[in-house]
Amino acid sequence: MENQTSTIQLVQASLVRRKRKERFLKGLGLSAICFAFLMLATLVISLVASGHSAFVQTHVTFEVFVDPDEIREKRLPRGGFDDALAASLAEYLPGVDLSDRATKKQVEKILSNGAQFHLRDLVVADPSLIGQTIELTVPVSDPYDQLNKGGIDPDTPEENRRLNDKQIAMFNQLVAADTISKPLNWGLIINADSRFPELAGLKGALIGSAWALLVCFLISFPLGIGAAIYLEEFAPKNRFSNLIEVNINNLAAVPSVVFGLLALSVFIGWFGLPRSAPLVGGMTLALMTMPTIIIATRAALKSVPPSIREAALGLGASPQQTVFGHVLPLAMPGILTGTIIGLAQALGETAPLLLIGMNAFITSAPDGPLSSATTLPTQIFIWADSPERGFASRTSAAILVLLGFLITMNAVAIFLRSKFERKW
Amino acid sequence: METAAETAAPKITAKNVDVFYADTQALHNVSVDIPDRQVTAFIGPSGCGKSTFLRCINRMNDTIPICRVSGDITLDGQDIYDPNVDPVQLRAQVGMVFQKPNPFPKSIFDNVAYGPRIHGLSKDRAELEGIVEKALRRAALWDEVKDRLDTPGTGLSGGQQQRLCIARAIATRPEVLLMDEPCSALDPIATAQIEELIQDLSSRFSVVIVTHSMQQAARVSQRTAFFHLGNLVEFGNTDDIFTRPSDSRTEAYITGRIG
Ligand SMILES: Nc1ncnc2c1ncn2[C@@H]1O[C@H](COP(=O)(O)OP(=O)(O)OP(=O)(O)O)[C@@H](O)[C@H]1O
Ligand SMILES: [Mg+2]
Repeated sequence: MENQTSTIQLVQASLVRRKRKERFLKGLGLSAICFAFLMLATLVISLVASGHSAFVQTHVTFEVFVDPDEIREKRLPRGGFDDALAASLAEYLPGVDLSDRATKKQVEKILSNGAQFHLRDLVVADPSLIGQTIELTVPVSDPYDQLNKGGIDPDTPEENRRLNDKQIAMFNQLVAADTISKPLNWGLIINADSRFPELAGLKGALIGSAWALLVCFLISFPLGIGAAIYLEEFAPKNRFSNLIEVNINNLAAVPSVVFGLLALSVFIGWFGLPRSAPLVGGMTLALMTMPTIIIATRAALKSVPPSIREAALGLGASPQQTVFGHVLPLAMPGILTGTIIGLAQALGETAPLLLIGMNAFITSAPDGPLSSATTLPTQIFIWADSPERGFASRTSAAILVLLGFLITMNAVAIFLRSKFERKW
Repeated sequence: METAAETAAPKITAKNVDVFYADTQALHNVSVDIPDRQVTAFIGPSGCGKSTFLRCINRMNDTIPICRVSGDITLDGQDIYDPNVDPVQLRAQVGMVFQKPNPFPKSIFDNVAYGPRIHGLSKDRAELEGIVEKALRRAALWDEVKDRLDTPGTGLSGGQQQRLCIARAIATRPEVLLMDEPCSALDPIATAQIEELIQDLSSRFSVVIVTHSMQQAARVSQRTAFFHLGNLVEFGNTDDIFTRPSDSRTEAYITGRIG
C-alpha cells in the first residue's frame, strides 16, 4: 500500500515536468506555423497589392464609322483602319483638330495598338460592315490604362509624366462622354503575349505549361512508379541497389539548372528536337520530377504493412499479383500525393526552361507540343524583365495565377490523400 | 491410427533443417516427417522457432531477406527448395494461416474470393459465391457476416479476422494447411468449431497447427512435435508425448514448469 502511494506521488511530481515540456513543444510548433503563415500572407498581400490592377483593363466603347474612303473591300485585309478609328474617336473629342499630324497621332495612341487589328478582323469577316457605323469596345493603350487606374498622377509636373496635359484632357473628355469602362480583364487569360502590355495575356504560357506538364507527367509517372516498384519490391537488396538508391537521392538534389544544360545538349543538341518546344520542356521537367516520384512511391510502398504482402503471397499470388493487386492500390494515395507535389514543383520550375529557350517572345499560343511556347514561370520572367509599367502589374497578376494553380494542385493532393486513405 | 501414421508415406519430410536470421541461428538441425491426412501439432515455449519452421514449409521465409534456410524439405518426395520449384505454386498447394490475422483491406467477400479468383477455381460468379459461403461456414464465420459480405474485412473483430483468414486459406483448397495459432483470439465456442474444422480437413489433407494450448494439441492432433530453443526435442504420437514423454524438457513443458 505504501509502495503504491509513493509511485503515484512520483508520477505526479514528474507529470508537472512532462506537461511543461509538452506545452513548450506545442508553443514552438504553433509559433512556427504562425511564422510560415505570416510569410505566406505577406507574399500574397504584396502580390495582390501590385497585381490586382491587372485583373481589370480600361476599355473605351465608341461608335466607329467604317469609312469606305479609308477601307475598300478590294484592298482587304489592308486599309486605313487606324485612320478610321482615329476619325471616329475624334467625334467624342470636341475641339481636337485631326488635320494636325501630331494631334492625330495622339488620338490614335489613346487606343491600344491592337484596336486596328480587331477592327480589321471584324471587317474581313464581314465586308458588308463597310460604310456602316458599329459600336466597338477596345482596350486603351497602357499609359491611359495606368491613368485610369490611378497609376499616373495628373498633379506631378508635366515633364515627369508619360501623358501631357493635353492627353489627359482628351481622356477626361472621353470619361465625360461616358465611353470609358473598366471590365474584368479576360485578355489576361485569353490573349497570347504581346509587346503591348494592355494586350499581353497568358494564353500561350498556360497552354505551353499544360503541354509541358502533360509530357512531364506521361514520362515521369510511369517511369518513376516502375522504377520504384522494381527497386522496392523486386530488386535484390545488395550493394548495387544501395548505390542506385543513393544516386536517385542525389538526382533529386541536383540543381535544376543542371538539368537544363543536360537537356540543351542532349535533347536539342543530339536528338535535334526544336528549341522552345513544350515537348523538350516537359522532358526536361520529367528528369527532375522522376526522382521525386520515385522517392515518394518507395516511401508509400514501404509504408504498406508487410503482413498484406505475406497474406497475398501465402495464398499463392505471384509477386506481380501481390504488388499490383494489393500493395500498389494501398500505396496509391501516397504515390499520387508525391506525384502532384512533384508536378507542382515542375510547374514552377524556371531555370531549365530558360536554358532550352522557353523564354522566347511568342505572340501566338502553341498549337502542339512541338511549336514554340513559353510557360507560366518563364512568362513571368519575361514580363518581369520588361520596362513598360503595365507589365509590372501583369507580372504580379501572372504570379498570382501561377500560385492559384499551385494551390489547386496541392489541394487536389490533400483531397486525394484523404479520399483514398484506408484504415487497416 | 498409429500404424497408419507409420506406414503411410509422409506428406512432408524435413531433414537437417537449419534456419538463420542474419547471424543468429533460429533452428538447429530439425528433422520431422509430417504424415498425410493427419493433424500434426507444434508446441513449445515462445520464441522457440515454431513459426519459423512452419514458414519454411511453404517458403514464406523467402520473403525475409535476412533469412537463410539449409537442409532438405520435401513435399510428396519433391524437394521444395529445388530451383525448379515455383514458390507460387508451392504456396497454392501449401496454405497458411498466419499468427497475426492479416485480412486484406477489401470486402469480406473479396478476401475469401481472392485465392479462388487468382487460381481460377470457379467458372462463374455463382460458383465463386458458393465457394466463399462454404469456406465461411466451415470457418464458423458465416452466420456473423452473411449480411455484410461487402463490408471491409479489416472492420471485423480480432477473432472474426482470424476466422476470416482461415476461411480465406481453405477457400483455395490446399493440400497442406499450416495454421499458426489459429485459435489464439477465439472464444471457446469458436475454438471448438475451428477444431472441428481441423478434424474435418484432416480427413483429406495434412494439417499442421502451432498452438500454445496443450489441451488443444491433445484434442486435435495425432502427432506432436515439441520445440525448445530452436531444437526439435521430441516428435511422436500425441498420446505418447503427453503421457510418456521421453525427454525431461518435454515433461517439464507439458507439466507447466518451463514455457
Ligand atoms: N523476421 C525475423 N528476423 C529476425 N529474427 C527473427 C525473425 N522472426 C523470428 N526471429 C527469431 O527467431 C526465433 C524464433 O522465432 P519464431 O517466430 O519462430 O518463434 P515462435 O516459436 O513462433 O514463438 P511464438 O510462440 O511466440 O510465436 C526468435 O528468437 C525470433 O527472435
Ligand atoms: Mg510464432
